[in-house]
Amino acid sequence: MPGGLVVGLTWLVVCQLVGEVLVHLTDAPLPGPVVGMVVLLLALEVRRRRGHDTDRDPAVRAADGLLRHLQLLFVPAGVGVVAYLGAIRDDAVPIVVAVAGSWVLGIVVIGWTTRLLERGERAA
Amino acid sequence: MRDVVESPVFLMALTLVSYRVGLSVRDASRGHALAQPVLVAIVLTGGTILALDVDATTYADGVQVLSFWLGAATVALAVPLHRQAARLKGFVVPMLVAVPLGVVVSVCSVVLLARWTGAGEELVRTLSPKAATTPVSIQLSETAGGIPSLTAALAICVGILGAVAGPAVLTLARVTDRRARGLALGGVSHGIGASRALAEDETEGAFAGLSMGLTALATSLLLPLLLAVLL
Repeated sequence: MPGGLVVGLTWLVVCQLVGEVLVHLTDAPLPGPVVGMVVLLLALEVRRRRGHDTDRDPAVRAADGLLRHLQLLFVPAGVGVVAYLGAIRDDAVPIVVAVAGSWVLGIVVIGWTTRLLERGERAA
Repeated sequence: MRDVVESPVFLMALTLVSYRVGLSVRDASRGHALAQPVLVAIVLTGGTILALDVDATTYADGVQVLSFWLGAATVALAVPLHRQAARLKGFVVPMLVAVPLGVVVSVCSVVLLARWTGAGEELVRTLSPKAATTPVSIQLSETAGGIPSLTAALAICVGILGAVAGPAVLTLARVTDRRARGLALGGVSHGIGASRALAEDETEGAFAGLSMGLTALATSLLLPLLLAVLL
């Protein structure tokens, strides 16, 4: 599978499209790109099993390039939040308390549960 | 001049230059947690368009080409996961328990805390899907009877919170396993959390991406049930 950046990006966009189509057909409660991620993962696993060096695949190189600057792609959505600051101000206390509190509880619960179960599994 | 300020080329240049400044700030501060390029870029770009009185819709239209690639970048998260596939072994059960449990805790706690601090029902419903990745949280907010655009803004905020504070909180909680850290960060702060996780360590980034997907799925399935019980 020779080729450069455009070929790699094509693979990524086609996987996203396959994801969108699958979501549309099955009514799955997931975004198309997340399903596309699973599609690409399966494709790469199949290629590795057939003896390809997937690190040289254009899709893998394009993915590395995009992910290196993943934060750039969130800037437009973040700037959109600036327009909402006024609306958030009216309910600032419940929003800040609920969002921050829930975020801390969530991150700690996932971290600790994973650690606990993973230890159990290693011991078994 | 107005035409130039509202043109896509100006808005794209502003965004790219702000991001570049964000990268320099990160390097200059030797990777200080607050110096996330995404945060610096949002502040600079947002401040500039406010000062120039460019409205949010004009900005969003102008930089649509950037937003477009977010979908492909989500697909791209398969690559770190592919490299880490061997490390999934023995980790599937912990993952499938911890991530849905995290969703239950996130949703219940945000609903209860918001009610205790005096939020109205519409705001509570708006807050409830905030941990899911933005496109999913928008859909869920709509079906739950919230305000989708406000949910999207809040989802971005928890993402940035994760990028800034996530690794420090996990270290404080003594979660050191890279896989567990990634799951936790992706489970509460979706793609933006994953972007920080990737910058920390490839394993952490891979599991954050996976966790983002599982959280989106679990939130979609569990949110209607949880809201029916809680409200």
